[in-house]
Amino acid sequence: MEIPKEKLIHMYHTMLRIRYFENRVKELFAAGELPGFVHLYLGEEAIAAGVCAALKDDDYITSTHRGHGHILAKGGEMKYMMAELYGKATGYNKGKGGSMHIAWPKLGILGANGIVSGGIPIATGAALSAKYRKSGQVAACFFGDGAASEGTFHEAVNIASVFDLPVVYICENNLYGVSTRQTNVRNIEDIADRAAAYGMPGLVVDGNDVVAVYEAVREAVERARRGEGPTLIECKTYRWRAHFEGEQDTYRPPKEVQQWLKREPIEPFRKKLIDQGVLTDAEADKVEEGVKKELTEAVEFARTSPLPDPETALEGLWA
Amino acid sequence: MRELFYNQALGEALAEEMRRDKNVVLWGIDIGHYGGANGVTKGLFEEFGSERIMDMPIAELGYVGLGVGAAATGIRPVIELQFSDWITLPSEMIINQAAKMRYMFGGVLEMPLVIRAPIGAYLSAGAQHSNSFESLFSFVPGIKVVTPATPYDAKGLLKSAIRDNNTVLFFEHKKLYGVKGPVPEEEYTIPLGEAMVVREGTDVTIVTYAYMVSFCLKAAEQLAARGVNVEIIDLRTVDPLDEKKILMSIQKTHRLVVVQETWRECSVSSEIAAIAAEKALYYLDAPVIRVTSEDVPMPFSPVLEQRVLPSVEKIVDAVNRVMERQSA
Repeated sequence: MEIPKEKLIHMYHTMLRIRYFENRVKELFAAGELPGFVHLYLGEEAIAAGVCAALKDDDYITSTHRGHGHILAKGGEMKYMMAELYGKATGYNKGKGGSMHIAWPKLGILGANGIVSGGIPIATGAALSAKYRKSGQVAACFFGDGAASEGTFHEAVNIASVFDLPVVYICENNLYGVSTRQTNVRNIEDIADRAAAYGMPGLVVDGNDVVAVYEAVREAVERARRGEGPTLIECKTYRWRAHFEGEQDTYRPPKEVQQWLKREPIEPFRKKLIDQGVLTDAEADKVEEGVKKELTEAVEFARTSPLPDPETALEGLWA
Repeated sequence: MRELFYNQALGEALAEEMRRDKNVVLWGIDIGHYGGANGVTKGLFEEFGSERIMDMPIAELGYVGLGVGAAATGIRPVIELQFSDWITLPSEMIINQAAKMRYMFGGVLEMPLVIRAPIGAYLSAGAQHSNSFESLFSFVPGIKVVTPATPYDAKGLLKSAIRDNNTVLFFEHKKLYGVKGPVPEEEYTIPLGEAMVVREGTDVTIVTYAYMVSFCLKAAEQLAARGVNVEIIDLRTVDPLDEKKILMSIQKTHRLVVVQETWRECSVSSEIAAIAAEKALYYLDAPVIRVTSEDVPMPFSPVLEQRVLPSVEKIVDAVNRVMERQSA
């Protein structure tokens, strides 16, 4: 099926938003402007962009500790995200969440999650809720290669399959869990193979090819909406940075890093869009300028926003 | 008034709330046709069907986790754990997810999730089927913990728990499922966080909850025969704790015994003793004494189990010592 021009441009725009946002977060964190720690999504932009382009506004996602890209792709505004990263009162979560805990249910974002695999049952439960309410919504669940070894994954995926729940599991396989090469702690190459154990489809896609991701997810989403149950999609990718900013990357061979840097997902896509006549060079530049502007305004918004009143730390536990 | 068994009262609460609100759903193990291991959901499957009453695989981490996602997105799961002992398995989803999500996300969602689970010993069920974990979860902010002692309370508190927009752990005592008590036909609810004085007295306050309430009532009868007039407070919910009623009673009796079935260290009883020390020390005429289980895993053999658990005799003894101003 042909992908509409607007969709292609949207995915290009989304990837750029993630790339620019993360590069800026990297600088701001290094400059000591952001408290806590941050895990950057650089290099994996095509996955979030491709997945969320296949979702509707009211579909759900759950995200991970490396979640900025997912939130942006699902429609999160840079300024409220950046304010949250600064711990400001104007952040999406009033400064109580931070980088690893951004949630905004109005956009279907049920939360980034600091617990590896934590979002898997939550997305699956949202899918069961959607099915029960007959709302037609689908849940897309982002998680990493390490999370696929948690019991949470196996228990939730089995339940999703048994009850034909409308959920799409997106495994972002960037090869490493912190420093551990995951094939050293897993006896199969492809996590997608695990789908067979639960009686559901599993497939591998190139996670650095936004169109491949989009097409695979679109089909899985359609399947889910038809009531035919979950799909596991393993996206092969690589994180450009260490596990978190400030960590010494002593565990990945430089040659491997270099090879993956060459497989950068955005520039080739831009070239393809221009070659195919979807965008002119000038139009592509304009998209990029728009992203830069959004980012500049977001940082300004975050910097000038008020800190939360310390007393608000004692509020909001109970509904 | 008509009488119902504790498990029937719970089943009635579930059925009424399911009729009242179509978003209330039940998930668990063997809760459909089978009616639940303790008969709480008996007859409900016939009325509500498999869409609203779902039998899950034996995957507590999974289906409690699903409950978190479902509660965050507009339905109200009431999940039955067959035994509370294996609440350790889904505790990640309860403690790190359900309890924190509203606060951590700045109030953008609600978490109307109820987890029902049978607690308690006195059945020679051994170390892994006798636990009462209410203290563990009272420790965690963002979770309400309910421990009903009678069929009347069980029904009224469960209805409130289901209507609450926060995570509620609802611990039902296994020894109480077969206990009968008055339950009115007309609808009622009992607010979470309100203790009840179940016996008025002037000489000593016993604070207790769940199955231990019946032990304390028996102890009070024996003590009354010897001229000691005991006041008994049934907490009903151990979190939120009805501090006010506890303090008011201490101000009246000037003596405090805390009775709980489970382990002593860092427990609900520790909290109550701490509150007494912080806020009522000058009202106390004697040291606080706690009657609890010994801090060992529950042994199997009845004589060993008896040695470890609270008994009416141990409660009587504790009250006598408090009356004589002795320490524990």
